[in-house]
Amino acid sequence: MSQLTRDEVAHLADLARIDLDDAELDHLAPQLNVILESVASISGVAGDDVPPTSHPIPLTNVFRDDVVVPGLTAEQALSGAPEAEEQRFRVPRILGDEQ
Amino acid sequence: MSELIKKTAAELAGALAAGETTSVELTRAHLDRIAAVDGTAESGVHAFLHVDAEGALAQAAASDARRAAGQSRHLLDGVPIAVKDVLATQGLPTTCGSKILEGWVPPYDATVVRRIKEAGLPILGKTNMDEFAMGSSTEHSAYGPTRNPWDQTRIPGGSGGGSAAAVAAFEAPLALGTDTGGSIRQPGAVTGTVGVKPTYGGVSRYGLVALANSLDQVGPVTRTVLDSALLHELIAGHDPLDSTSVDAPVGSYVAAAREGAKGDLAGLRVGVIKELAGDGWQPGVMERFAETVDLLKELGAEVTEVSCPTFVHAMATYYLILPAECSSNLAKFDAMRYGLRVVPEGDPSAEAVMKATRDAGFGDEVKRRIMIGTYALSSGYYDAYYGQAQKVRTLISRDFAAAFEGVDVLVSPTSPTTAFPLGEKLDDPLAMYLQDLATIPANLAGVPGISVPAGLAAEDGLPVGFQVLAPALADDRLYRVGAAVEAALTQRWGGPILGEAPTLEGPR
Repeated sequence: MSQLTRDEVAHLADLARIDLDDAELDHLAPQLNVILESVASISGVAGDDVPPTSHPIPLTNVFRDDVVVPGLTAEQALSGAPEAEEQRFRVPRILGDEQ
Repeated sequence: MSELIKKTAAELAGALAAGETTSVELTRAHLDRIAAVDGTAESGVHAFLHVDAEGALAQAAASDARRAAGQSRHLLDGVPIAVKDVLATQGLPTTCGSKILEGWVPPYDATVVRRIKEAGLPILGKTNMDEFAMGSSTEHSAYGPTRNPWDQTRIPGGSGGGSAAAVAAFEAPLALGTDTGGSIRQPGAVTGTVGVKPTYGGVSRYGLVALANSLDQVGPVTRTVLDSALLHELIAGHDPLDSTSVDAPVGSYVAAAREGAKGDLAGLRVGVIKELAGDGWQPGVMERFAETVDLLKELGAEVTEVSCPTFVHAMATYYLILPAECSSNLAKFDAMRYGLRVVPEGDPSAEAVMKATRDAGFGDEVKRRIMIGTYALSSGYYDAYYGQAQKVRTLISRDFAAAFEGVDVLVSPTSPTTAFPLGEKLDDPLAMYLQDLATIPANLAGVPGISVPAGLAAEDGLPVGFQVLAPALADDRLYRVGAAVEAALTQRWGGPILGEAPTLEGPR
């Protein structure tokens, strides 16, 4: 496996929506490489004939009866919101940067 | 210090039933103990992030009133409990050890929390943990580390170091923990306490802030095997609110613990996992482990060595699957609906707010794992990393299945070392990850596991844990074997292992 460059780590941080500054990139990038190098050891361990496991205990779809059950009130749902207005979450502008 | 706090939860339940004490008296005794030894982020055990004295005493008074009216709801009605801060508690802060959730008060209860409330257990408070349960030392908490009651310069294990230290320091008789790769069992091992990871799906995950959905399980953290069995039976069982919850009857864990304590393991087939030994395993840990295996033979068990060849790949598999799931889970912390919001200068977009908030709100370990997960799931790398890890996960489950064809339970040391000094592995993620070598396979395969104290390592006088693993839904075997080991060792030592721990005088 190839090493991640500092730019690639910055790109990953961008994808993960984390605003890393230069000092954090210097600190975290080498650590990510050590971890990736270590986990790369599983490459080739399982052949193509091995099915993947997503859940340890076999699952089937779970349905319930289509009946109304109590849920959170609007007040409860908004109780932890950084900002709320007219029973809605108030968010910063969502357009602009890439338009 | 009240002698009440040294009693087991089962003894406290008995004392309540006999009218020898009240829930208010014993809840107050534990709150006094917390006030005396828990301290702050800088000194003391620091097992708690939030203590709810008023709420706990009100619940205790209500329990006493029920009992006086002959309307107790459960054997443990009135016995106080501590709850890991990753479980949603209506009306009590739930931070997951993270700045991003500082001050968040959930508008609902996790199912396990609802169950302990309905049974009448007063909630003492919320316990410290590695941020979002990522870590093996509780040092990744944004609110300062928990310190090991055996030696306050050392780690209490993690991620549930707060719950384990709380019961080890007699601040609570019972606690709830969660175990994604060992976060109940490894803290149990290094604090000389008992911890159980139930079968995946055995206990509801509704209201557990998810780290990795396919690995997480809630379980009991206690000082004795019987107490774990009592708490496990209370929290277990099908929950329609968790679609991965297993719809099967709850096992007889209390009966299994009582049976095991009689000390007869005749006919039990025990497999010693060959791969969980060797380089990097502390000699004092291996010594106590070998002794405990000999003890099982003395109690009548047939012991053989079993090979699980894929276990050597368990750590790499786990550190791909977990980051992949957590990078997706933690995407919900977007500064829009709850939690922290950091607004940069000017007229920032939602995306800029999100990035600034996640940078300020997450610690290093969380950032590392989110980025590893993002990488492992990105196109071009998906098959090589995440896809391959899912296949190796199948092989690990097959190793368990093959092993359990020949034996009833598997055993290993819980953790390769005893508690290490605070700070030692903080910037060496791989060294930290190695702590979970023996506990991770059970999470990958969904099987249950218990850690019970096996004594103190010769070189440092610190607790060693003995791990027992059973097939899925055979959690009762953990209690039978765990209780047998506990009973025989307690007799050999002349008392519980925590009798050897230093007496805490309070924060220095």
